[in-house]
Amino acid sequence: MRERRAPRRIGDDPSVTRSADAMPHPAGANGEPEKAAPMIAARRLCKTFPTASGRPVEAVRGIDVQVERGESFGFLGPNGAGKSSTMRMIACVSARTGGELSILGMDPDLDGVRIRGRLGVVPQQDNLDVELTVRENLIIYGRYFGISRSECRRRAQELVEFAQLTDKADTKVDVLSGGMKRRLTIARSLINDPELLLLDEPTTGLDPQARHVLWDRLFRLKNEGVTLVVTTHYMDEAEQLCDRLVVMDGGVIVAEGSPKALIGAYSSREVLELRFLPGTQQQAEPLVTDLVERVEVLPDRLLLYTEDGEATLEAAHSRGVRPRSTLVRRSTLEDVFLRLTGRSLVD
Amino acid sequence: MATLDHSHTRPSSSPSVPSGGRLMVWEYLLRCWRRYAIPSLAEAIGTPLLYLLALGLGLGSLVDAGPQSAALGGVSYLQYIAPALLVAAALQIGVSEGSYPAYSRFKWSRVFWGVTATPVTPGQVCDGEVLFIGTRLLAASTLYYLVLLMFGVAGGPAGLLMIPSGMLTGIACAVLILALGAVLQSDGGAFAMVFRFVVVPMTLFSGSFFPITQLPLAVRWLVWISPLWHGNELARGFVLGTAEPCSTIGHAAFLAALFVAGLVLARRLYRRRLIV
Repeated sequence: MRERRAPRRIGDDPSVTRSADAMPHPAGANGEPEKAAPMIAARRLCKTFPTASGRPVEAVRGIDVQVERGESFGFLGPNGAGKSSTMRMIACVSARTGGELSILGMDPDLDGVRIRGRLGVVPQQDNLDVELTVRENLIIYGRYFGISRSECRRRAQELVEFAQLTDKADTKVDVLSGGMKRRLTIARSLINDPELLLLDEPTTGLDPQARHVLWDRLFRLKNEGVTLVVTTHYMDEAEQLCDRLVVMDGGVIVAEGSPKALIGAYSSREVLELRFLPGTQQQAEPLVTDLVERVEVLPDRLLLYTEDGEATLEAAHSRGVRPRSTLVRRSTLEDVFLRLTGRSLVD
Repeated sequence: MATLDHSHTRPSSSPSVPSGGRLMVWEYLLRCWRRYAIPSLAEAIGTPLLYLLALGLGLGSLVDAGPQSAALGGVSYLQYIAPALLVAAALQIGVSEGSYPAYSRFKWSRVFWGVTATPVTPGQVCDGEVLFIGTRLLAASTLYYLVLLMFGVAGGPAGLLMIPSGMLTGIACAVLILALGAVLQSDGGAFAMVFRFVVVPMTLFSGSFFPITQLPLAVRWLVWISPLWHGNELARGFVLGTAEPCSTIGHAAFLAALFVAGLVLARRLYRRRLIV
């Protein structure tokens, strides 16, 4: 049987509550009053969209989030979980419909303009001007923050180098590859030297190599102390980038913790995957259920959560289970998500 | 931390809006224009030349020789249509710049979403568009004026006021198209419909090519609400020296009111589109 559990909050389990050392250097050195405040503080934050049919859509249903300076924080969840709605509220381009929200110690409803001046935003869909050059895109964007032309030019040169686009600096954006455009969008978001960088699915749609180049750039920012907030539906991305994350599903937070703590709390050390012809996996299931604490049944495979994958595999073989192929791997956030919601993340 | 349970205030209504935002958007649009400024200015000179030669001189030679030419008020056909051609060109530019190019910045390039992620507000984005289209209109109307001057049909010094007459007509229509673009979700051909069923009939029946006294009384009210007719009357009055204070103020006030109403509407719809 496929195990199903009601989503539970990580607060139920004391071993994975947020620990103080997950938040490096909370207070800045130069004594601005806002430095003491968290970068993002949301309580019972809600977003409801009216619809034509009259039944409003509750995209975000009362979430509590706190992000400290210098942290790398992630919103993880499938499409439609409410991640992007949350990001738009944090970016001050969408008014909340309930709850409390404070960004950089200010209220987005009152100080949206000032807050936006200190944010960097990487949207889900690139919105570069493809008719203009790489450099022009950077310069123009800097102007929106009230930065002088000469300063924009200087920063554009720096950022072109940061984005590894030096030899493309005076090329029209139109001809760049998807990965290059994405790097340019990230570079553009840094033109105002933001304290808080919001990345909405930064690597969706990129090939593996382009993703790694991008992650490398984000690591550099992280090391420089920029606070990163990332949404993703990729588990590996969350594990690569986030010190701490929340798992969202259906507009609520279903778990919170570091990737490691979440895996520790909601999965086993290893996972044994037994792959079958689709549909034949059910016949094998009764043979292995009592081998491990938990079995997940996916359309073409069984996932056995175990402390020792090889030993479990041997045991399964000795019971006459004959899968087409097998794999022993470490647990990932994907397994955490499966456990929490009973669904896999990318359908 | 502020509490808000029923938020009607929008992020863009902040009191600390730096007013420079609209100028930055204007600057951006000018930079985009730079890529096609030469062809667009060449067109701004070439089109009037073609119209003046074909209609003013070609068709005009027949009209002026005809029995009804007195209906034009004692001027040649070329003199009659010259100011109207300038205003019609301004209308054309206002409407076309306000349609697909502005709409694409919501829909395809999505550039506006990037702009409003910065301190620039949606209202300022709208203002920037209006400033840019106004600049386009100034350049095109001035060139048109110079061509008319070459043909000797630009009137006296008061004829210079054709330029603001054209600009006002063009921008008053442009803001309405900007507003339309802000609510369109799919392309849907809505702009094409406006061109075909509003702009073209307006161009033909607004006293550009023949006086509206030639139209049946029953449809003349349609002409009175045509911005182009007000623009034509305004420009023609300045060029031919027939302007009367009352009617001049009336025509200008109609266009100004249309512009202000359209601008308020467009700004509101930009905000609604970009802050969701």
